[in-house]
Amino acid sequence: MDLLIVLQAGVATGTILLFATIGEIFAERSGVMNLGVEGMMLLGAMSAFSIAIRTGNPWLGLLVAMLAAGLISQIHAFIAITLQADQVVSGLSLNFLAVGLSLVLGEGLSKAGTITLIPSVTLPLLSQIPILGPVFFTNQKLIVYFGYLLIPLAWYYIYHTRPGLHLRAVGEFPAAADSLGVNVYRLRYFYVFVGGVLAGLAGATISLAISPGWFSELTTAGQGWIAIGLVIFAQWDPLRAAFGSYIFGALRRLVLDIQGPMMLFGFPNPFYYNPYWGFFLEMLPYAFTIIVLVIGSREAIRKRLGAPTALGIPYIRGERGL
Amino acid sequence: MTDNLPARRNLLSRIPFQVILEPRLEEPPRWYPWFITILAVVIALLIGAVILALAGGNPWATYAHIGRAAFGNLGVLSDTMVKAIPLMIVGLACSLAFRMRIWNIGAEGQFFMGAFGASAVVLTPMLPADAPSWLFIPCMLIAGMLCGAIWGFIPGFLKAKFNVNEIISTLMMNYIAISWNNYWIFAVWTEGGFQMSRVFPRNAWLPRLTDFAAEVPLFRGLTTHFGLVLALVAAVIVWLILYRSQWGYEIRLVGDNPRAAHYAGISIGRNIVYVMMLSGALAGMAGMSEISGVVHRLQGAISPGYGFTGIIVAWLAKLNPLAVIPVSILFGALILAGREIQPSGIPKMMNGIILVCLIASDFLLRYRISITRRMEEE
Repeated sequence: MDLLIVLQAGVATGTILLFATIGEIFAERSGVMNLGVEGMMLLGAMSAFSIAIRTGNPWLGLLVAMLAAGLISQIHAFIAITLQADQVVSGLSLNFLAVGLSLVLGEGLSKAGTITLIPSVTLPLLSQIPILGPVFFTNQKLIVYFGYLLIPLAWYYIYHTRPGLHLRAVGEFPAAADSLGVNVYRLRYFYVFVGGVLAGLAGATISLAISPGWFSELTTAGQGWIAIGLVIFAQWDPLRAAFGSYIFGALRRLVLDIQGPMMLFGFPNPFYYNPYWGFFLEMLPYAFTIIVLVIGSREAIRKRLGAPTALGIPYIRGERGL
Repeated sequence: MTDNLPARRNLLSRIPFQVILEPRLEEPPRWYPWFITILAVVIALLIGAVILALAGGNPWATYAHIGRAAFGNLGVLSDTMVKAIPLMIVGLACSLAFRMRIWNIGAEGQFFMGAFGASAVVLTPMLPADAPSWLFIPCMLIAGMLCGAIWGFIPGFLKAKFNVNEIISTLMMNYIAISWNNYWIFAVWTEGGFQMSRVFPRNAWLPRLTDFAAEVPLFRGLTTHFGLVLALVAAVIVWLILYRSQWGYEIRLVGDNPRAAHYAGISIGRNIVYVMMLSGALAGMAGMSEISGVVHRLQGAISPGYGFTGIIVAWLAKLNPLAVIPVSILFGALILAGREIQPSGIPKMMNGIILVCLIASDFLLRYRISITRRMEEE
């Protein structure tokens, strides 16, 4: 087992989480928690695969996936922002709806045939860098490079641009933002949409590039929920989100790859000789999410940092409070 | 950004009517919330019909089929009840936790752990195979509820101690529980290499109606089992706890106003742990009842998402433990009939649509909507 290859595949797998996590960061920064990430990812994966099969064009699939997930996120936006319902329940209901819709529309898709995948690229100069080159810039899917671009862009947008300032204001103190002429409702709708689009992109990344195909609910296998957990670990910061996503990606790959070889670092591989230990390996990403949550939550208490102040609270114009 | 606003306002003002929303100041009449709930379900069914029609199906035939396949005769009615029993118990588990605004989404995992705990009594074996029923079944019940309670304790403790978001942690615990169960099914208790344990001895089965066919011929072939009694008893107990005990008062106060509860000297952390444990124990009880009453062995596919459907059941019942019972029967029907409907995702999608409509309809409880003629001067 070559560690560099595991890390390289881990970065690719982590890209899925990266998109979903940054998308949810945008939504939560604006004050709307969307628990429907898993469902939106599934819808994205299904529509991307379905369109790619029908048209033979994966890029079109990618686009449709982003649109579909973005559109369905607006149901949650309407219920949570306009109808001022509880965001937890609304997000959960969106999740059920999106999962069910994906299963209905994706019926029979798993046997529908093969697709043209998103191509892999090796960057000429960057791939020569020791360690970083083979891990990040060699034979990676084009979409993984989008991820690299998204990280600094999202970070710069949130912390150093005017719209980013509005985004944070709407999530921290919507009444103040409103009094300064920022349209709280419109911005919240917009960033829930952004979150949906990125969740759709994450889903499409699965079905068109990282593990191509449609395996109903197993396609996402809880990664949408892990992404929501990572948002807390990341303290709503895209840079920390990227760090967490790639670590998780590597962990997911490690769990898969560690059972393959007979020898591990010169010793007989216990996971090869005890295949049933695989069930405990499977638990690791989920157990690790809980551990990461404990770390993130403790840190939040200690540093008095944490969630956007208005997260989860509907904004009602003219009412006292946030 | 704001350039097009005046134009839009002009367009809107040409419509001679306007919709006015007013917050409701007075409590609506008692029947009103239930009326809204039923309205929401009807609208959900209509939306589902549109989607079914768009997908090329015949929605009315599908709905009629669901009705016949779930309530058509005594036999299928009994099967509907079998599907409803785990939903009732899981719905109670969710209602209890949600009442305190603790989002236990982990009922599915607690259900699996309950099934595991109950099976462990039989398969380890902790009791000899010829132990009497009156010993077997209580032991399985206790083991199942204990395992569920442990599975609820972990996220509850983490929430109380480190403020770990319980939505994510309970969900992660679901995946861990399923892997844990798979390990035992594949590696330890496998029967001849198959992915299931051996069948439990008859004295570890919950009694079913059909077991009394000798005395009451009408019961022949009816598989409704003793879990129904467990569910009904549990519903009454949860209702008593929530509405007739001091602990229930604390739970409701923490749910409605945590700050007031804190000032009243109620320990929120301790209540979180206790509620999560009881909620987990109930979900575990559902797992035990399913294993001992229906499946009679431990295997992978023991739940078509009971833990998640329980969330919707609880919400539709407005977190009222007694209302959970009839609501569960409706969803049991959907699960039973759903097995024969193609595409197979339809029951899940219907669940989602119903929940979305329910959440949206809550708006009507808080706001009064009136449509009036637009004033000229506006």
